[in-house]
Amino acid sequence: MATWTPDPSFYPSPRMAMKAPAETLAYVAAFDPQRAQPDAIAVVDVDPRSPGYSTIVGNTAMPNVGDELHHFGWNACSSCLCPNAPHPHSERRYLIVPGLRSSRIHVLDTKTDPRKPAIVKVIEPAEVAERAGYTRPHTVHCGPEGIYVAALGNREGKGPGGIFLMDHETFEVRGQWEMDRGPQHFAYDAWWHLGHDTMVTSEWGTPDTFENGLIPEILLGAKYGRRLHFWDLHKRKHLQTIDFGDKHQLVFELRPAHDPTKAYGFVNCVLSLENLSSSIWTWYRDGDKWAVRKIIEIPAEPAHEDQLPPVLKGFKACPPLVTDIDLSMDDRFLYVACWGTGDLQQYDVSDPFNPKLTGKVRIGGIVAQAAHPSGTGPLNGGPQMVEISRDGRRIYFTNSLYGAIDPQFYPDGIDGWMVKLDAAPSGGIAFDPKFFVKWPKSHRPHQVRLEGGDCSSDSYCYP
Amino acid sequence: MSDAWPWIVVAGLGAFHGLNPAMGWLFAVALGLHRHDRHVVWLSLLPIAAGHALSVALVAAAVVSIGMLIDGRALSVVAGFGLIVWALYHWRFGARHRVRVGLQTGLLGLGLWSFLMATAHGAGLMLWPALMPLCFPGTAAASSGGPLVPALAGVGLHTLAMLLVTGAIAVTVYEWVGLAALRHAWINLDLIWTVALIAAGLWLIVG
Repeated sequence: MATWTPDPSFYPSPRMAMKAPAETLAYVAAFDPQRAQPDAIAVVDVDPRSPGYSTIVGNTAMPNVGDELHHFGWNACSSCLCPNAPHPHSERRYLIVPGLRSSRIHVLDTKTDPRKPAIVKVIEPAEVAERAGYTRPHTVHCGPEGIYVAALGNREGKGPGGIFLMDHETFEVRGQWEMDRGPQHFAYDAWWHLGHDTMVTSEWGTPDTFENGLIPEILLGAKYGRRLHFWDLHKRKHLQTIDFGDKHQLVFELRPAHDPTKAYGFVNCVLSLENLSSSIWTWYRDGDKWAVRKIIEIPAEPAHEDQLPPVLKGFKACPPLVTDIDLSMDDRFLYVACWGTGDLQQYDVSDPFNPKLTGKVRIGGIVAQAAHPSGTGPLNGGPQMVEISRDGRRIYFTNSLYGAIDPQFYPDGIDGWMVKLDAAPSGGIAFDPKFFVKWPKSHRPHQVRLEGGDCSSDSYCYP
Repeated sequence: MSDAWPWIVVAGLGAFHGLNPAMGWLFAVALGLHRHDRHVVWLSLLPIAAGHALSVALVAAAVVSIGMLIDGRALSVVAGFGLIVWALYHWRFGARHRVRVGLQTGLLGLGLWSFLMATAHGAGLMLWPALMPLCFPGTAAASSGGPLVPALAGVGLHTLAMLLVTGAIAVTVYEWVGLAALRHAWINLDLIWTVALIAAGLWLIVG
């Protein structure tokens, strides 16, 4: 329904969004790795004044089993205030929740009861495949032409993956986004620079190469994704490919600067085949082309064979496995989740080419199994999906990566948890000792979305 | 005095269109902010006004052409239904257009954007109830010269009013007010717009 004034959670600029009130709820995608019980969107109380603080206060189960909820997003956000395609009187109300494995898309209404989102629409996999031409929906972003969904497989579950559009009010699947995809084949993440009319996409692989776990031959043969693609956002045309080279595998999470006048962003490369390090790269405008530069390399840590899962024993090292990064609203702090070693690092990236490490905590990790200060004892899994509050003061993260990959690196299983860090305005992070959500055994948590928006949900048209 | 009313309405609708952020002033402000240049705000107003004028003029030309072929009463009814259908379309599908122009646009693209926005919103159609008595006055008040001159004058006056209002708002917001005001001040003009289109359509049919 159209409103009379803009949704109060829409902000013209990231600067203004930083002044938003603190979130009181977090929505977390949770899946059952056994595919026996339905996956769910869990609602976590993140209001420190509430008696339910740091507990799961709501749970919306999906109607089927085996969806593998993973990433999700809002139907509408601050980009609705853009001057070229304004939809200011839409509501940020619905969560668009795809099943990465099932390709089913759920629409949840968070307005009626924010603690118990109601499923108002389910789009079955056959309809998604038929209308979108894609399957394995992953990243969901609200943007100028409605809801953009990056999908990893085509209709048959092979390549190319790509992006499709959904209506942000009726949730109809409108169809393929690309008009000219050029050489792009693999898909994974997608985001944009609204100020530069540019879409950026990254690469993982086709569903047959990851749905049963990473395939070592493909990984070591550098046959998973390793490129960035740049597109004309409005002509929907492929413009440029940047190949990270055959030493780099898995170019994943795209975090463009929130300030729409800035033409740079950050992406993580999970694995170097040379030394098992992970790296962070800055992409930036260089003349009339885009370019990339490696700005951070996080090395693998030497480890004894006995401490390592079979897939790593021969390497005698624990890779950092940076599988998510997130950028604060003021584009100042980049958070880096090292799912292998258990580090969550904070870098000052005010100068996007000269990052400074400003904070670090360790929890879980293949070798470290570090505990939480609330007195948990050793923990498994490691920092994975990270989300930052709009004011940049609170950082939330969970510990599961993907059902089929979790046991390759954590063969003894992953017991889910979600934690929170407090961030000092000028840098530095520390655990909130009062916030540790021990996840129910039946499910594992993945992406976190914060009430009213967060640092990876909204994009802005004004500086 | 009653002779002046259609002109006042034509100008008033220009002011109403200029007021709507979706008709251009917000784009002018955004471009000024992106290029860090207040001159861009001023310069952007010209293609915005030109695109709007072209859209309104084409609709006026179309209606005048039809008006040459059929009698005034029939024209009113046709135009009236046209407005109502457009209003319903705008209400139901207005949000579904391709986005063709972004923040890197040049002046030509901005003009095209303004033309598309005005056309999709039915800006020219909304004007017609006021333009019609100017172009096709009843035989009693027969004026010489045919419909072309009053139509052009009407489009010109409308565009001038639109340009003045949109320019005043763009410059005021850019220089003094800031965009935070959007969060509360951006009322649902599209809703008023849809109601205005339907009202204008009914006026033509009943009138």
